[in-house]
Amino acid sequence: MADYKEFLSKVDRKLYHEGEWQWQEGEYTVTRTHQWSAPGCHNACGILLYTKDDKLEKVEGDPLNPFNNGKLCMRCLNLAEATNHPDRLKYPMKRSGERGENKWERISWDEAYNIIVPKIKEIKEQYGSHTIVGVHGTGRNINWQLPYFYNAGLETPNISTLFFSGFACYLPRVVGAAAVTGEFVIVDAAVGQEERYASKKWTVPECVIIWGNEPLKSNADGFLGHWLVQCMQMGTKFICIDPRLTWWASRAEVWLPTRPGTDAALAIGMLNVIINEKLYDPEYVEKWCVGLEDLTARVQEYPVEKVAEICDLDPEKIRKAARIFAAAKPAAVQWGLAFEQQLCCMSLIVAVCDLFALTGNVEVPGGMIMVRNAFGTQRNYNCGEEWLPAEAAAKKLNGDAKGIEESSIVPHADSNVILHALETGEPYPIKAMWIQSSNPLACPAMDSPRAYEAMKNVEFIVYADPFLTPTAVAFADIVLPVAMGPERNSVRSWWTPLRAMTKACSYYEAKTDEEIVVEFGKRLNPKAFPFKDDIDFLEWYITEDGNWPGTFEDLRNQGWAYWDYDATYYKHEKGLLRPDGEVGFPTPTGKLELAPFMYYQWNLDPLPFHLEPPESPISTPEVYKDYPLILTTGARSYEFFHSEHRQMPTMREFHPDPLVTMHPDVAEKYGIKQGDWVWIENHRGRRFKQKANITLGIAPQVVSAEHGWWFPEKEASSPALFDTFESNSNNVTLQEVTGQGGIGNPIKSSLCKIYKVVEGVNDSVSIGEQVVRGDYRDGK
Amino acid sequence: MANNKYGILIDYEYCTGCHSCEVACKKEHDLAEGQYGIQLTEIGPWKINDDKWEYTFMPVITKLCDLCAERTAMGKVPTCVHHCQAWCMYYGTVDELTEKMTGKTRAVLITPEQ
Repeated sequence: MADYKEFLSKVDRKLYHEGEWQWQEGEYTVTRTHQWSAPGCHNACGILLYTKDDKLEKVEGDPLNPFNNGKLCMRCLNLAEATNHPDRLKYPMKRSGERGENKWERISWDEAYNIIVPKIKEIKEQYGSHTIVGVHGTGRNINWQLPYFYNAGLETPNISTLFFSGFACYLPRVVGAAAVTGEFVIVDAAVGQEERYASKKWTVPECVIIWGNEPLKSNADGFLGHWLVQCMQMGTKFICIDPRLTWWASRAEVWLPTRPGTDAALAIGMLNVIINEKLYDPEYVEKWCVGLEDLTARVQEYPVEKVAEICDLDPEKIRKAARIFAAAKPAAVQWGLAFEQQLCCMSLIVAVCDLFALTGNVEVPGGMIMVRNAFGTQRNYNCGEEWLPAEAAAKKLNGDAKGIEESSIVPHADSNVILHALETGEPYPIKAMWIQSSNPLACPAMDSPRAYEAMKNVEFIVYADPFLTPTAVAFADIVLPVAMGPERNSVRSWWTPLRAMTKACSYYEAKTDEEIVVEFGKRLNPKAFPFKDDIDFLEWYITEDGNWPGTFEDLRNQGWAYWDYDATYYKHEKGLLRPDGEVGFPTPTGKLELAPFMYYQWNLDPLPFHLEPPESPISTPEVYKDYPLILTTGARSYEFFHSEHRQMPTMREFHPDPLVTMHPDVAEKYGIKQGDWVWIENHRGRRFKQKANITLGIAPQVVSAEHGWWFPEKEASSPALFDTFESNSNNVTLQEVTGQGGIGNPIKSSLCKIYKVVEGVNDSVSIGEQVVRGDYRDGK
Repeated sequence: MANNKYGILIDYEYCTGCHSCEVACKKEHDLAEGQYGIQLTEIGPWKINDDKWEYTFMPVITKLCDLCAERTAMGKVPTCVHHCQAWCMYYGTVDELTEKMTGKTRAVLITPEQ
C-alpha cells in the first residue's frame, strides 16, 4: 500500500513554499496554480510553473495539492513544449483567400472587433439572434464561460457541442442519475476530503466496477483515474466491463467483455441476480428507495441465460460479478462514455443507478457520493440563460430530447436539429457560427464528411483556438488566438475543491476564453456584461453566481479551497439535499426512484430494457455476413486529449500513428501484421485507415479504433486539411440515429470489415479529395 | 552492515504504463528523441487461465539515470518518483527500500550509479 500519511510527512513544505502562490527560485519565477485547458483534459491538477522572461520553461506537479499530490500525466509534464509550440496562433487573422486555401491576413484585435461585432449585430437585426449557433468543445475552460457568452452576448438558444449526435457524452449520465437520485453521483475516492485517503471519515471502497471506460487514460469528468489505483493498493477489488482487456480488466476479479452496445442487458441481468437472490440491502431499500416492485417485474423478463446470450458472456460470470458487487460494502461504479455511445443510453443509466441504490451505496463513505461544484459554482451549460431573450429562446432547435411539455432533458440545442437546419434551411437558415475550442471536423462530428458539407452553408464563421485546425482552415472567416492554461486567470470547480488558475506568462496576442468573452460581450450586449475585465467576470461567477466568501485574489493566494458540503456523508439523513430541508433525496418522492418519475416526464420508459444496436449480428445479419466485425470507436490514449496534442513531438514520439486494435485471430484471418496500415470499412462504403495494433487483450469479434486524429505536419490547405479525413473514425459513424428521447448514439457498436492498405491499389484517391468534391460515397 | 546507498523501488504490480516517469525524466534531463533515463517495458497481455491474465508494465532505469542529482541535492525526490501517477515508485536508501519491499512479490529495487 502506498502509505499516504508517510507521503504527507515526507513532503518538505518549506522547500515547496507552502502558503505562497508565487516565489523566486534562482533564475525562475515559480507560480503555484492549476493547469486546465488549453491543452485540455477534464481535470485541473495542481502544478508549479517555472517561468523566465515571460516564457514557460518547465513544470513540476505541486506535491502540496491534495487533488493530485504532485503527480502529473505526460501531457502536463510536456506543457512547456505545448505552450511554446511554433504552430500556435499568435495574432487574430482574417481569411484572405477562399475558404480552404489557408490564406490569411494578420489583423489587430480592434480590427477583429470592428469586423465581427457589426456583422453579428446585422445578423441579429436582419434574421434574429437564434440564427447564430454557438459551438464549444468539451470539459475545458468553456463550460460556463462560453454558454454565458452565447446566451447573453450572441443571445442565441442554439448552443451545442456541434455534430455530436444524440448528446452522446456525459450529459445524459448527469440528468439520468439526477432522475434516480436527485443529483449527480461519483465514486468516492476521497476526493471531497482535504485529508484525502488519510481522512478518518472515508472508507476504502470494497469493490468498484469499471464500466465502459478506461479512467486511467481518459481522466474524464473531474475524476483522475489513478485515484482508483491508490484504492486498489488499499484493498479495493475491481470488476471490469469492457470489450477490451484494459489494465483494470487484467487485475479484475471478473472481466466481462460484453458485446458493444449490450451493457443495459448486462446491468438488468445483474439486477435480476441481486433481486431474485435477495442480495440487496433490505433496510436501505425500505427506508430510501421506491419502485422495487416494478423493477422486480421488469427484471424477470431478463433471465441471466438470456442476458448472457445477448451480451456474448458466460452466465456464471455475470452471476459472480453481481454477487461480488452486492456483497461488498461499500461498492461503487466508475462509469464512462460508452454509456452514451449506445442506443440504450437512458435505460442503461437507470439500471446502473438501480444497482448502487438497491445495494445501499448512495451517500455512504466509499460508495457513490452526491457532489456539487464547490461553493455553489454550479452552473455550466445553462450559465447566462437569464439574458436570453424570450423570443430567441422560443426558437431553440429542440428535437426529441424536449420531453413532455418542453421540459428539456438537456440544456443544449439538439445537434441533429441544427444539422437539419444547416442542410435544408428549415425551420430557418443558420447565418453564423461561433466556434471556440472545438474542432468538429477532426473530432466530435459524427459522419464528418456530412458535417463538412453542412458547414459550407454558413456565411460567417468566427473560430477561436490556440492552433489552426482542419476546421479553421476549411471554414473560418476570422481566427482568434486563444491562450494556453499557463497564460490564464481562471477558476475551476468541477466538483471540488474550488481552484484558482493564475497567469504566469503570455504569448503574443493570444487572449483567454474569459477575455474574449468579456471583450466581445461588452460590445454586443453591454448591459449583460458589466464586467471590467476577465477577473471581474470570474469574481461574478464565484461570488455572486456561487457563494465563495472571498475575492478571486483570496482564492489565488490560497490556491484551492475545499468545501464542507462535499466532505459530508449521509447528506440525505441530515436534510442537506432537499430545498425544503427535509431528510431524503431531492427527487419528487424524496427517495431514490428505481423507476424515476422524471423519466415519465421526459416520455421515457422508466424501467430498464435492452435495445439491439441498429447494426449488429442480430439486427442486421445480412450486413454481418460481409462485415463480420464489431467496430467500437473513440479509444483513448495517454498522449492525447481528443484532437489536441497531435502537433507535440514528444507525444508523437510515444504515439506516432492512429491505432486500430484487434485480436491476433482477426489479424491472421485478414493477413494483417503488427503496424500494417489497415482500412476499416462499413457497408455504406465509408472507410478510414489506421495502423494495426494486435493484442490478445480484446474480444475477438471487436476492433477498436482511435478518434480525433489529424496530422498537423501534413498539408493544411484543402482538400488535404491536415489529412483529417484519412484516419477519421467518424467517416463511418452516423448522425440522427439516436435512442429514446433523442439521446445516445451507437458509435461504439457498428459493423465493419478490415483489409490491408495497398498503396496504388486501394489507396489511390485521398478521402479528403472525395469529401471536398462532395462525392464521398463508395470509398474507392 | 547499513547500506545508505540511494535507490529507486518500483512496485510494478501497480505500474499502469502511463508514461509519466519517462516524460518527466526526458524533460528534467532534456533528452533527445529516443533517449530515456527510464523506459517502460510491457509484458503481455496473455492468458494464464480463465480468470487470470498476465499484463505487466515495468519501467527500466537506464544508464542515463543520475537519480536526479540536482533535485535530490535540493531535497526533492527524483522526478520519476515525484510524478508517478500510480504511486508505485519510492526513493530512499537501500535499507529503507528493502524494508518497504518486505512482503511484496512484484517489486524491484534499482541503485543507479551515483
